Amino acid sequence: MSGGRGGVLAALLSDDGPRSRVLAVLLLAIAAGLAATPFVFPGSQPIGAAAKICVFIMLAASYDILLGYTGVVSFAHTMFFGIGGYGVAIALDRLGPGWGQVALGVVAALGLSCVLALAIGLISLRVRAIFFAMITLAVASAFLVLASQLSTLTGGEDGISFQLPGELRPAFRPFAEPVLGLAINGRVLAYYMILAVTVLVFLGLLRVVNSPFGRVLQAIRENEFRAEALGYRVVAYRTAASVISACAATVAGAMLALWLRYNGPDTTLSFSIMIDVLLMVVIGGMGTLYGAVVGATLLVLAQTYLQAVMAKASAAAAGAPIVAAILHPDRWLLWLGVLFVLSVYFFPTGVVGRLRGGR
Amino acid sequence: MAAPALETRDLTVRFGGHVAVDGVSCAFEAGTLTAIVGPNGAGKTTWFNLISGQLPATSGRVLLGGRDISGLPASSRTRLGLGRAFQLTNLFPGLSVRENVRLAVQARAGAGADLLRRWTHRRDLIDEAEDILEQVRLSGRAGTLAAELPDGDQRKLEVALLIALRPRVFMFDEPTAGMSVDEVPTVLSLIQDLRRQGDRAILLVEHKMDVVRSLADRVVVLHNGALVADGPPAEVMESAVVREAYLGLEAALDE
Ligand SMILES: Nc1ncnc2c1ncn2[C@@H]1O[C@H](COP(=O)(O)OP(=O)(O)OP(=O)(O)O)[C@@H](O)[C@H]1O
Ligand SMILES: [Mg+2]
Repeated sequence: MSGGRGGVLAALLSDDGPRSRVLAVLLLAIAAGLAATPFVFPGSQPIGAAAKICVFIMLAASYDILLGYTGVVSFAHTMFFGIGGYGVAIALDRLGPGWGQVALGVVAALGLSCVLALAIGLISLRVRAIFFAMITLAVASAFLVLASQLSTLTGGEDGISFQLPGELRPAFRPFAEPVLGLAINGRVLAYYMILAVTVLVFLGLLRVVNSPFGRVLQAIRENEFRAEALGYRVVAYRTAASVISACAATVAGAMLALWLRYNGPDTTLSFSIMIDVLLMVVIGGMGTLYGAVVGATLLVLAQTYLQAVMAKASAAAAGAPIVAAILHPDRWLLWLGVLFVLSVYFFPTGVVGRLRGGR
Repeated sequence: MAAPALETRDLTVRFGGHVAVDGVSCAFEAGTLTAIVGPNGAGKTTWFNLISGQLPATSGRVLLGGRDISGLPASSRTRLGLGRAFQLTNLFPGLSVRENVRLAVQARAGAGADLLRRWTHRRDLIDEAEDILEQVRLSGRAGTLAAELPDGDQRKLEVALLIALRPRVFMFDEPTAGMSVDEVPTVLSLIQDLRRQGDRAILLVEHKMDVVRSLADRVVVLHNGALVADGPPAEVMESAVVREAYLGLEAALDE
């Protein structure tokens, strides 16, 4: 058992390191890749993919608090993601581009998310898990409809495009000379801001799950009846976990909106995002948090580059029409599905569980 | 006179037409060990469920130290000092033995709301869990998952969780069932230690009559959900009702 002596790194990781050399190397590679992307991979696609990875690390990690640690299945997670996006988008769109507006949008969104998560938790976490999942599905659907209908506020299906504060715009050049060969501009700064927020949120969540509170969440997942019998108010703990998870998802949504300079139903609220997050957590390994990092990275990379790889493969197989058809880029979702089934079959405890030597 | 540590008044539960616990009134004083006996299906575990809040009563009341706790959820009753070990082992299967006990210690210490500190930095909780594992002779198994323990050790862990709660009222439901002969004395001597401390009330559901005879200050007999006898062990075990209740077990009583 870790004695909690080990210095700054142990404190940052809350005494919950990777516990596997391969996993440690993998995580370091992901961290180094994210840190170096703007310098190493030119063009807008790599930095866009990296920003998306960051956002989804936050989103998947916050979902893992519910699914993996507390054993709660919720389908309302993208609602909180969307609230974060809309908070920033509406504030900047209505009140003009400025940091005060960013802060206001984020704080207002966090407030709304807390209230909603509390309400859902207190009303429905008493009921059986399957009913809770259905209630969250209903609430999330209602929110999606609401966001699409209230077009004066949310821009409806079209969403909201908005201006960023000057420091985050492409035209902003803080340095006269390129740094390490890269001309730093507002986009690069925006990316590093998102990366920094991701690191903070991730380490914060890691602390939460390794706190006495976080250990109770795992106890609830293992045997809620016994947790209650030991004197833990299960509903209160579950509700608190929902609120924390919702807040982290809200921050992730705000960061995505800032990156895209846009928020709409398709970027933050759609159910396909909910499915993506579920896949990220399951493929990466539930109840490990590091699984969210691995899962988000794998899925975003697959979504970004699988089509391109398949286009090449399909062209190369032009001589064999059936193979070419199967490899056609339009089939990429099918292949993603196949990858998912294979990974769940071979790594039921996810990549992280597998690397840590579980079954 | 101080209120009894625990009291049930006319406690009743019906399942459809079946009355599983039938108007049971009984008080338990601190410093005493009461054995609860009765044939299979008599309602002993169900009575415990009503007391600890696992099951809502149809009617009747439960008082803890004179305070009516009838409407409270199980977690509140535990925090007020009512501790329960389960007949059917009821642990956190995917967590280590040490973590099972640590969670119980943490619950009693009221430390569960702390979400900023590392759990590894609450050495006090970890050390206390280790002490309790030592007491129940499970130290050697501290790192094993609870699910992977043999039955007898799971029963010991069940007892360890209860001890960790340091309640004012201990409720043991056949704590030694399924244990090998050489493990039983460890648990019984732990229960005896608790009794010697003098300020706790101990309720012990137990089928083994020799254990009842040697440990109990008092024996309560349940039959078809009703309390049919109550008194010192020697007296109760001689009585006709008990012989009738235990018809098939008379040999065991005489032994
Ligand atoms: N939730 C329930 N629903 C329906 N019937 C129940 C329920 N719980 C208990 N019973 C019934 O109540 C009666 C008493 O059961 P209980 O488990 O309390 O007996 P017991 O005295 O603990 O027996 P044992 O010595 O076998 O542990 C049994 O007939 C049982 O089937
Ligand atoms: Mg029983």
